[in-house]
Amino acid sequence: MSRIDIRELAKQWGLVVAVDQVSFTVAKGSLTVLLGPSGCGKSTILRLIAGLENVSSGSIAIGGNEVTHMDPAKRGVSMVFQSYALFPHLNVRENIIFGLKVRGISQSERHSRLDESARMVGLEELLNRKPAQLSGGQRQRVALARSIVSRRRVCLMDEPLSNLDAKLRAEMRDEIRSLQQKLGLTMVYVTHDQVEAMTMADQVVLLKKGRVEQIGRPHELYERPQTTFAAQFMGSPPMNLLKLDLIEERSALAVACGGTLSPDRLTDGYIGVRPEHVQVGSSGLPVRVSATDYLGAETVLRLAHGGQTLFGKIDGHRRYNPGEQLHVSWSEEAVHRFGADGIRIEDPYRASS
Amino acid sequence: MPAAILLIAFTHYPTVATVIDSLFSKATAIRPSRFVGVLNYQRMLDDPIFWKVLANNAWFALGTIPTSIALAILMALFVNRSIPGRSLVRMAYFTPTVLPMIAVANIWLFFYTPDIGLIDQIASWFGFSGHNWLGDPTTVLPAIMVMTVWKEAGFFMIFYLAAMQNIPPELEEASQLEGATRWYYFRRVMFPLLMPTTLFVLVNAVLNSFKLVDHLFVLTKGGPDNASNLLLYYIFETAFSYFETHFAAALTVVLLILLSVMALLQFFLLDKRVHYR
Ligand SMILES: Nc1ncnc2c1ncn2[C@@H]1O[C@H](COP(=O)(O)OP(=O)(O)OP(=O)(O)O)[C@@H](O)[C@H]1O
Ligand SMILES: [Mg+2]
Repeated sequence: MSRIDIRELAKQWGLVVAVDQVSFTVAKGSLTVLLGPSGCGKSTILRLIAGLENVSSGSIAIGGNEVTHMDPAKRGVSMVFQSYALFPHLNVRENIIFGLKVRGISQSERHSRLDESARMVGLEELLNRKPAQLSGGQRQRVALARSIVSRRRVCLMDEPLSNLDAKLRAEMRDEIRSLQQKLGLTMVYVTHDQVEAMTMADQVVLLKKGRVEQIGRPHELYERPQTTFAAQFMGSPPMNLLKLDLIEERSALAVACGGTLSPDRLTDGYIGVRPEHVQVGSSGLPVRVSATDYLGAETVLRLAHGGQTLFGKIDGHRRYNPGEQLHVSWSEEAVHRFGADGIRIEDPYRASS
Repeated sequence: MPAAILLIAFTHYPTVATVIDSLFSKATAIRPSRFVGVLNYQRMLDDPIFWKVLANNAWFALGTIPTSIALAILMALFVNRSIPGRSLVRMAYFTPTVLPMIAVANIWLFFYTPDIGLIDQIASWFGFSGHNWLGDPTTVLPAIMVMTVWKEAGFFMIFYLAAMQNIPPELEEASQLEGATRWYYFRRVMFPLLMPTTLFVLVNAVLNSFKLVDHLFVLTKGGPDNASNLLLYYIFETAFSYFETHFAAALTVVLLILLSVMALLQFFLLDKRVHYR
């Protein structure tokens, strides 16, 4: 009824290609996060789905109906803008029911829908305030209520939490996710924050320069990144990538990787290791500690080998001093292998050339 | 302090002096000026020209202000869209404003000249005979109003344009997604958000409608038969053509009171509806 199918979607402005052959499907009642760095086309895709921009080529279907050139209001989508787009001269109540009034919905129904949605986001007390008299988090809730009250099955959100502080962001994240699940909304959620993507998404669409880099569940992106870009975008600190042709001590590296990879297979491309898989020990790759960040539960070590930097995440109470020489290693299963082109090589044992 | 001195020297002192002047009679060769109380004001009430001029001014204000504001909003809406050569179009609209009123009046004098003027020439292609627009008491005031609207609308448009560009485009997009038509968006969102500008423009327009005289010098000198005479021009004539300085002072006081009352009324009546923040 409300699944979204996007096929070979493209958008150009003159020579600027903002969205390039993007295809993905959002299952009914699920939450898909569009993730990527600034300028990769996330907002543009969202606006194309909403109908606020014209499609250059490709198609969009919502609930099985082709909507590519349909009027935005007829597509049955609601949208939460990054700036909230609240009407400054209307109070919270009028802001929430604006769309219901436009569509001529009866007063009694407006009333009950207003009550219901205001209760869901906890705004009952604030209905008579103007947006200027609200905090950032409360404005965010008004925007959410406006989306809920429309009873549209598809909800689009463009970085809705980026103007909030870290604590509130975590709170709202959970709240949006539970509302989405409770109401069974089909949601497309834009963010550049991989933590939001990891915690909220049923499916992540990772974008880079207008193209899809990888689509999958959050753990798939984390555990099996298809490219070095995906490997480094997910996780904080990001995955360590060692460029193999810069490494002299191949046999030490082979030992660090658990010993089953033969050194002559580690010639070009990259190997990737998550910081949490790095272990400090007596054998393996020799490194020098260049900085330590004590974070309480854990310590992030910044390690140098030759010209390359690695991060290691270790227990909080182990102390290392900058300048100290260590050896690091990791288990064989922790190794991700990428070719020189940055594409994942599936079986590290056969990764020779 | 220096500011206070300047304010007193250039604003308060002349005002007070004018009020005092208005209470004295005109000095003649045989009789010096003496205190006459409100006699000048009584004379004003009996002066048919004063009432005529006041009525003219009211019509002038009613005819020019709503039209120029509506036109200003329309032009600003049009120019606010992304059209090719936008800055050129904006300049074109703004040109009347940068011209001095005297120059504008001269241009329109050419438009309005009977038979050889632009309007009559165009009318003659369609078979209409010439008309003395500025010489006919029934058309002279409307003719001047058209010219004023032409000049003021471009000026007000600049304020509206600036205000419109301060409205975030997401507001229109959000209402578009809700199914609002352009007109609904204008009525319920844009126009209310433009209210502060409208108040500012309205106050200016009202003050202007009582302050404008330059064009009367060039076009009509208030005639024919005071059909286009406005309050300030009447004051000017009284003071400098008839040398009735004390009567002119009384007229000036009335003008000042009128302007203050109108400015205050507008602020108090509209204030509540304007400040949405
Ligand atoms: N109206 C426009 N005209 C021309 N180019 C545009 C327009 N809108 C966006 N772009 C370009 O399209 C590309 C994608 O923009 P978009 O806003 O979708 O990025 P984004 O992923 O949302 O970035 P951010 O995280 O910074 O919001 C950018 O290079 C941008 O400059
Ligand atoms: Mg964006």
